[in-house]
Amino acid sequence: MTSAGLDYSEFLRNIIDQTGIAHMSWQYPIMWAIAFFFIYLAVVKKYEPLLLLPIGFGIFLVNFPLVQLMGQSEQGFPNLFQFFYKYGIEWEIIPCVIFLGLGVLTDFGPLIASPKTMIVGAGAQLGVFVTFTGTILIFGIANFSLQEAASVGIIGGADGPTTIFLTQALAPHLLGPNALAAYSYMAMVPLIQPLIMRLVTTRKERTRIMKQLRPVSRVEKLVFPIIATMLIALLVPQVIPLMGMFMLGNFMRESGVVARLSDTAQGALMNTVTILLGLSVGATMQAEKFLSLKPVAIFTLGLFDFALCTMGGILTIKLMNLFLKEKDKMNPLIGAAGVSAVPMASRVAQVQGQKYNPKNFLLMHAMGPSVSGVIGTASAAGMFIAMFASVHAPLYVKDAGWGYVFMTLGIRFVGVFIVLGLLQVLMQLSCKIVSKFAKP
Amino acid sequence: MAQIDVTVPMVGKIVKVLVKPGDAVAEDDEIAVLEAMKMEMPVVAPAAGKIAEVKVEPGQLVEAETVLAIIETE
Repeated sequence: MTSAGLDYSEFLRNIIDQTGIAHMSWQYPIMWAIAFFFIYLAVVKKYEPLLLLPIGFGIFLVNFPLVQLMGQSEQGFPNLFQFFYKYGIEWEIIPCVIFLGLGVLTDFGPLIASPKTMIVGAGAQLGVFVTFTGTILIFGIANFSLQEAASVGIIGGADGPTTIFLTQALAPHLLGPNALAAYSYMAMVPLIQPLIMRLVTTRKERTRIMKQLRPVSRVEKLVFPIIATMLIALLVPQVIPLMGMFMLGNFMRESGVVARLSDTAQGALMNTVTILLGLSVGATMQAEKFLSLKPVAIFTLGLFDFALCTMGGILTIKLMNLFLKEKDKMNPLIGAAGVSAVPMASRVAQVQGQKYNPKNFLLMHAMGPSVSGVIGTASAAGMFIAMFASVHAPLYVKDAGWGYVFMTLGIRFVGVFIVLGLLQVLMQLSCKIVSKFAKP
Repeated sequence: MAQIDVTVPMVGKIVKVLVKPGDAVAEDDEIAVLEAMKMEMPVVAPAAGKIAEVKVEPGQLVEAETVLAIIETE
């Protein structure tokens, strides 16, 4: 301290140093632009606004210098968004609570009326498994581990909470880009799917009219969530946090005796956690973590994944049609709904079906593959978690070997078919039993 | 001269009725707009003819197979 003048300038420097301006770097404006892009999609394009708006704003908020939203405070407490993230996502609470609400919103009626569509939900996981392999293969340069590749693969299942659940379990550092890719492409289902539909179906197939679904009794609807829970708990116990909550929500809905709980689960509770989910996902996207090659790769692969899953669902129906009697043949457009994206993908099937034949009403028919797609994606996630259960470090293909990758993947893709196939058989059996004892 | 029923393909709500008795319709002309799962879909005429009767009104909730209207064919 030599003179008053120096004191003054140091004082000023300290003040400036306490503001964010002195700590700005080129990465922040880039992240703002990314944030504004998703906010634009939400607000102007109305693409999944309930998620993309809080996610976008979350990205915006955490990308300022000195802003204390993630990480720990000096006293060692989690900061605001860190708190949401830690208890909501790291502990995997929010995806499961959302699944409770989705269970309440789901009507398994169309699936129970047409059990064969169950298999379509398995076929539509094609992209998930192909992308897993593709991620390792094509983006060897970005050096994805097998766990990371699995979390990218699941994006094509078009199921946000499942994507978040699996990513958190296997590759938590990819949460932001994976969730964003899942929700963005889900919103773009009406743009992506019609192209794929035209590519893999003939005009004649698209105009096929499907016969009315039979009415489903209340008892059947009550029995379904119980059977499904039992089967999933026994075969893929890893996803019971998700599917157990989902089936509970559905049972609450069909029971008709807990309307107040159902209302809360599908309304207030789900909305509350959706805000926290969106913010937490956005908050994981801090410049230093996000600006790398991997998110770019994830967005590219995600699109490819969605297209393949759509194709997988459609091709499964075409394959099944080869074995079905003429009157039971299905319109392959409903296969596209096997990427869950409830109910958006079913609406796409309806619009496209009616475009080619105005007398065609595929909406309800498409709900079967759609809800079985939810179970299919969750099963695939469970299989991935099981696959890496005993691995605690990132596993790379150069260590594991391609033989291992293809073998386990093949087995697990077949596994999803087995889970849904068994569920279909059990469902048909129980429906037979129910119809013997219960009045229609 | 035969009478053909125009039926609702699935449970939902009638949003609009686009014809009135006496109207001539061609096959695939829109008869009414049905809303199900927050989606509006046109219900079309199964055959060409003249509307003999309209049996629903806008806002009405309908079950699958409910008769919307009756068409008299030539």
